[in-house]
Amino acid sequence: MADPSYPSDLLYHPEHDWARVDGDNATFGITWYAQDALGEVVFFDPPKVGAEISMGDSYTEVESVKAVSDVIAPLSGEIVEVNGALSENPEKINEDPYGEGWLVKVKLSDPSQAESLMSAADYEATLGS
Amino acid sequence: MTRYTSATEADRREMLAEIGVSSIEDLFADIPASLRLTRPLALDAGRSEQEVLAELRALAGKNVSTEDEVSFLGAGMYDHYIPALIDSIIQRSEYLTPYTPYQPEISQGGLQAMFEYQTAICELTGLPFSNASVYEGPSAVAAAGYVAKLATDRRKFVVSRGVHPHARESLATLAHAWKMEITEAPLSDGVTELPQLDDDVAAVVLSQPNFLGAVEDLDSLTQAAHDAGALTICSCDPLPLALLKPPGECGVDIAVGEGQTLGNRLDFGGPSFGFFAVTEPLLRRMPGRIAGETRDVDGKRGFVLTLQTREQHIRRERATSNICTAQALNALAGVIYLSWLGRRGIVELAELMLQRTAYARARLQEIDGVELLHDQPVVREFAVRLSAPVQDVIARCRQDGVNPGYALGKDYPEFADGLLVAVTEKRTKADIDRLAGALAAAVAKRPGPVEVGA
Amino acid sequence: MIRAADDDLTIYERSKEGRRAFVAPGLDVPERPLDELLPAALRRSRPPRLPEVAEPEIVRHYNRLSKRNFDLDTGFYPLGSCTMKHNPKLHERVAALPGNAALHPLQDPTRAQGALELMFRLQQALGEIAGLPYVSLQPSAGSHGELAGVLLTRALHEDNGENRTKVLTPDTAHGTNPATVTMAGYEVVKVGTDDRGNVDLDDLRAKADEQVACLMLTNPSTLGLFEPGIEEIEQIVHGVGATLYYDGANLNAIMGISRPGDMGFDIVHFNLHKTFTQPHGGGGPGAGPVAVSERLEPFLPRPQVVRRGSEGNGSGPHGNGAEAFYDLDYDRPKSIGRLRGFQGNYGVFVRSYAYIRSLGAEGLREVSEVAVLNANYLLARLRREGVAEYLPAAYDRLCMHEFVLSGSPMKQELKIRTLDLAKRLLDYGVHPPTVYFPLIVDEALLVEPTETETRETLDRFADVIAEVLKEARDDPEVARNAPYTTPVRRLDEAGAARRPVVRQPLD
Repeated sequence: MADPSYPSDLLYHPEHDWARVDGDNATFGITWYAQDALGEVVFFDPPKVGAEISMGDSYTEVESVKAVSDVIAPLSGEIVEVNGALSENPEKINEDPYGEGWLVKVKLSDPSQAESLMSAADYEATLGS
Repeated sequence: MTRYTSATEADRREMLAEIGVSSIEDLFADIPASLRLTRPLALDAGRSEQEVLAELRALAGKNVSTEDEVSFLGAGMYDHYIPALIDSIIQRSEYLTPYTPYQPEISQGGLQAMFEYQTAICELTGLPFSNASVYEGPSAVAAAGYVAKLATDRRKFVVSRGVHPHARESLATLAHAWKMEITEAPLSDGVTELPQLDDDVAAVVLSQPNFLGAVEDLDSLTQAAHDAGALTICSCDPLPLALLKPPGECGVDIAVGEGQTLGNRLDFGGPSFGFFAVTEPLLRRMPGRIAGETRDVDGKRGFVLTLQTREQHIRRERATSNICTAQALNALAGVIYLSWLGRRGIVELAELMLQRTAYARARLQEIDGVELLHDQPVVREFAVRLSAPVQDVIARCRQDGVNPGYALGKDYPEFADGLLVAVTEKRTKADIDRLAGALAAAVAKRPGPVEVGA
Repeated sequence: MIRAADDDLTIYERSKEGRRAFVAPGLDVPERPLDELLPAALRRSRPPRLPEVAEPEIVRHYNRLSKRNFDLDTGFYPLGSCTMKHNPKLHERVAALPGNAALHPLQDPTRAQGALELMFRLQQALGEIAGLPYVSLQPSAGSHGELAGVLLTRALHEDNGENRTKVLTPDTAHGTNPATVTMAGYEVVKVGTDDRGNVDLDDLRAKADEQVACLMLTNPSTLGLFEPGIEEIEQIVHGVGATLYYDGANLNAIMGISRPGDMGFDIVHFNLHKTFTQPHGGGGPGAGPVAVSERLEPFLPRPQVVRRGSEGNGSGPHGNGAEAFYDLDYDRPKSIGRLRGFQGNYGVFVRSYAYIRSLGAEGLREVSEVAVLNANYLLARLRREGVAEYLPAAYDRLCMHEFVLSGSPMKQELKIRTLDLAKRLLDYGVHPPTVYFPLIVDEALLVEPTETETRETLDRFADVIAEVLKEARDDPEVARNAPYTTPVRRLDEAGAARRPVVRQPLD
């Protein structure tokens, strides 16, 4: 994706991760800023379905040619689905970080945590600095 | 001015002026006076090239090399014939003097050579992925142990007593740091006898052939390891792999080994190289550099260092290994050597060694006071037991200009009477007959060689 | 596989059935049936698919390939942190002497006295240069030496009944440092750098506690800056009972001028392929000996090269008082054990020893003086107008043997990155400096000219940099699409990592 984009229907964690919340469930991924900083993604090894993840902790890694980045969980919960298509096409994370580049789907353990996440506007403001 | 620097007085004046200081001393102002050396280093003064050569020549003259005696010494490094073309190629500045290929556009020579080397190692080992070299054999076993530790998260190694003593020790040094336990699998009649394995074994470590020269039944050993959920690491001697079933086809997960015999000199133990090959699931855990094929912007084929995120310069504390500088030039000698041998040649070489080793084994067995330590199949090395003290026998043989082999007693107290004999393509029938004569005389404490079988 | 031009074929693509370079010596012993010697179940079903090529084609192939490499004997190679100094040609001659090259590592010590004496004298020389008398030559490379150092630290603490868990490294450290720490079973803790480019002493004090086993440092640092606070660092680290480890990658700056042992370091590793001219070989071989203080001596790897008896003339090889006898000592009960087979990379020791004997005390000091002079001169030349605005020095002070520039203003104003600058330098026949290291400098360019370069070479390099920047002001696209004149142009590294092809398909 060539230009910066931060969809307003998503919530954002300061460590450059987004969450699309739908009741008790959510989808996570990394933001445009994160994929741009990483460069071309070459490898994504998904975490296991069933794994418990905690808000603020690293739950997986994304690899580009020159860097490996921890991915931080924006909310806590249990992984119910992983994006298997990324094994073949990890570049989707660059091309469509909010759509086909989604990483995991999670059953939230505490949906109220979403209140502490940032809006698109607030997140984008942190990037200016 | 030394012969390798060019800063004349005039240069220095002008350079110091550009910098804006008055003397070289000013450039070291950050070093506290208390830490400045106030005397010259206690080293002799420098000498001319010709004097240095004379000194080095005198030192080298005190060494008895394989050019000075008929040597049957093996035990991990072997006296093979190195073809002249290897030196003529690896002494080229373009291979000898560049650094690691971090700028691939101007390093295609080295990168393509690594790619060709990786291909050759995959062929020899029967495994799909190889790296571009590690330091040497024994530390490669330790590095493989690290892979197994990270991949399985288990806490034990089961290591065959037939693995080279230096490899077993190198692994033990690191296993201690990882708080991992090592259990030894004993040898029975010269081959490995695996104990019952529990579910905390990260890897079973084997050698093919083993240190006593015996060919192991890798298939059943790897089966037992996999049944217990353990990986198999096998340290292999590369030339016998021309004849032996490759470790990859026997279920081995990680094949490593000492590459010295592939076109590298003995050099009193180094530098040589270690090879390292793995199955697909372990590719991203493999240490070391890996060269990969790709295209440039014009669509032309080229090669780059790839999967670098495993390595220290990117992954840092989570790297698969800390290795940076490896043994690229020695691995280049290795791939040139393998190309020189070729598909037919490597088989012919191995068969020649096989036949001559069999002949040597038969001749020595005929000697009074010499018996085989084991009668397992061997390819290029075998062990015998002597009825006279081994060190005395060796000393007497050496007086006859023959180095009969390696005394096993230091590493294998249970074989205090044991001698390990290696036969390469450089040892002719005449050499072997001479060994038999010298050994017969030495064991019988008779002075001078004896015609055995005469 | 991608189809390549004839020039660029691999050795496998030149292979043709029936061709051969090797002819085995004739079979001169009675031939026994294969099945008798090696049961079929143990044998390969088909030979390894190595190339089938005759000698002329092998030679031509690897010669052609070599011409696609840039090398130090051809041009300037200012790779920071790598010390790309001239490799004296004498060294290949001494390494090739049969007494060295054809010597079996398990040869009896009485018949390898030349080799053992050489190793012993090299140990002594390295010990003198470091200011730490006890040396092991065993480690095979710098990172192997680092591993030895951290394991020695562990052994010391265990011997004292302590179980420490952490090792400190600066955030400027070479990647091998933290990688080594993890491999040695410790946790890495990073120490910050202040805005002068030195170790942040407050951060160090905060993090140095009795769980810390060691601080790994290099001095001068990877920024090319000497730590003026090194004495205080030493006090802090030793104050909590930790060891102080010296990464010798930057030793080229201080030989004969200052010694890590005198700075208080307990362990030093050397990179013989950096400071001591072992040719880099495209990625090795090298060697990484370590020198340690007395309290660490008992833990050194096994075996150690020792001298029995004293120096002097006389007869008798076994140290019966008259003549020295050089030996391998295995009787070391507290040793950490082996790190590798045999004695280490002896061929590398021969070259390093020849270098030290060639230069002597004065010559080695001169090496460091000129290395530091050349670096400061080049830095001064690059601070002229037209360069300094875009590629400023990361730290406004004198450097030691190397220095860091930041391409951050260049990226903002000229729209080309350090990477693009590096690629454009390739078209000028210069190897670029190290890029994007150390990590704490944005768009870093780490430049180490070494002492073996002439002032004219440095001038030319500075001019080339100025020219590339000028070109970028006119048209940034030129650098962005560089290089143009190299054997291949910019390569798709992402593609290579996504779908790795790391061997030739032979089917």
